[in-house]
Amino acid sequence: MKIGRGEIFAGRTLLVALMAFTVLPFISIFLTALHPSGTVPGGLDWPANPQWGNFVEAFKVANMNTLIVSSVRIVLMVVPFALVISTMAGFAIGMLRIPGSKWLLALFVFGLTLPFQGIIIPIYTLERALHIYNTQFAIALPLIALYMPFSVFWMRAHFINMPVEISEAARVDGATTWDLFRRIHLPLAQAPIASLGILMSIWTWNQFLLALVLVEDPTQRTMAGALGAFQGHYATNVPLLCAGTIIILVPTLLIFVLFQKQIIKALLQGAVKG
Amino acid sequence: MTFKNQPATLSISKRTRNKWVRREDIIGWLYALPALFMYAVFVLVPFVLTIVYSFHKWNGVGPMTWVGLKNYITVFEVPNLIDTIFHAFWLVVWFSFIPVGLGLVVASVINRVATGRFGEVSRTILFLPYIIALVAAGIIWGWLFSLSGLVNQGLSFIGLGSITRAWLGDFNWALSAVGVIGIWVLLGFCTVLLSTAMSKVDPALYEAARIDGSDWFREFVGITVPLLKQEIGVCLTVTVIFALATFDIVYVATAGGPGNATSVPGLQIYILAFAQRNIGLASALAVMLMLLVVVIILPIQRLNKETY
Repeated sequence: MKIGRGEIFAGRTLLVALMAFTVLPFISIFLTALHPSGTVPGGLDWPANPQWGNFVEAFKVANMNTLIVSSVRIVLMVVPFALVISTMAGFAIGMLRIPGSKWLLALFVFGLTLPFQGIIIPIYTLERALHIYNTQFAIALPLIALYMPFSVFWMRAHFINMPVEISEAARVDGATTWDLFRRIHLPLAQAPIASLGILMSIWTWNQFLLALVLVEDPTQRTMAGALGAFQGHYATNVPLLCAGTIIILVPTLLIFVLFQKQIIKALLQGAVKG
Repeated sequence: MTFKNQPATLSISKRTRNKWVRREDIIGWLYALPALFMYAVFVLVPFVLTIVYSFHKWNGVGPMTWVGLKNYITVFEVPNLIDTIFHAFWLVVWFSFIPVGLGLVVASVINRVATGRFGEVSRTILFLPYIIALVAAGIIWGWLFSLSGLVNQGLSFIGLGSITRAWLGDFNWALSAVGVIGIWVLLGFCTVLLSTAMSKVDPALYEAARIDGSDWFREFVGITVPLLKQEIGVCLTVTVIFALATFDIVYVATAGGPGNATSVPGLQIYILAFAQRNIGLASALAVMLMLLVVVIILPIQRLNKETY
């Protein structure tokens, strides 16, 4: 292999530059968050007297403990239920291959191209009619539905690659469809289900539009939805705004660092197979 | 994917098969039903309703009046509305073409000169912005692009102090500044997707090319791009949808301003429907947005299929 020193240097310089482009914004808000509340520092000014108290203040004024409870509750309403129904549908399409499964799959895949904004208006009118507007169900129910295209597709991709022989052998032993699902295929599907669960938790935490439109009280929203409201109130207090943003970022970044492999794999394969 | 064409039937002796399969089919459909039900109620029905609303005049509570195509005509006639579509096209350049193009370059650089831990780390770092809430990305860059923010500080540092400005408040530059946010968010996604695909290309191909002394550019054009056509298509699809459907970033960073300079369809739908209570017009714009996505995505998908 012949790769010139010049090329190695140029290539690595490009990578370092792009990493700086990616990371500097994070560093900038972190440094800004440590400046005295209410001041307007420069983008990368070192705080002479780091104000760690800003994080505490942001936590208090944004009602973070209420928000965390609210977000976690929405995640718990969405993720387990969405996992169960999408796994079952993926099983029906990918393993049982029910008649019409091709059409059913196409119907779900169609949803992958729909921007949320395209259907948000009827979701709003529908929820008013169903009297769930302004409750946490208002965010949770449509989110479950909006995740179906990706999750059914993702679970089906797992089941379609499972050898049919496993099911056949169990059938010969007299297993019912439920036995097949519950005892054989569910345990084998743990890895893709876990990845999907992590992804959906992050997406829910980060969901903004639904929270903004469907729930008026910011403390009943998801984290990202609440951050939008927080920005409205504290747009002029940059250090506090940065501190609040960091508090909301940290959980997602932490989950990403912990489950990096699964998250990237799920996102990429979900996209490639889509 | 290789198992796609396997026979699907769980073979049972021929006599009983008909009856058996029917019963099985019904049970099978019961498994798909909950997902289909949720999807139908909160996605498919709203999809149809959006189309229905778009042909009516409605404020959300009173009676609906049929107006035919009038809402669509209005979208084309009112500059503030049709401009959002043009803005969306301009954002496609920033959110899609640049991240995919640059992602390809970065992936091939990683593949050539940073195969070890260094490449691993750079992939992870570049991916970070994709995982955070877009609202947060909007807030972060709203601050970076402000008068005393990092961008201007950097420009002054390299002697370009004369061009510093409040980028997101500048009529000429605001939309492109929003585009930079898109690059920041999407570059890592494209890089990682493409470099993962690249690592699956038979290394012998690259070895052979390198023994022949082919440089980075010839390797890039001759091997990498043709072999990654499918993944490039995927990247384009995902990022184009992302660009056309932008909402969070714009809502937080510029709220469509200054004037209408950064307004995008998603934001305008929100304003028309929930601030101005003009459900019909908002729905017409929503239908056009969804149509636009399909019109742009289909050729990319077809291109994909032709190569395989």
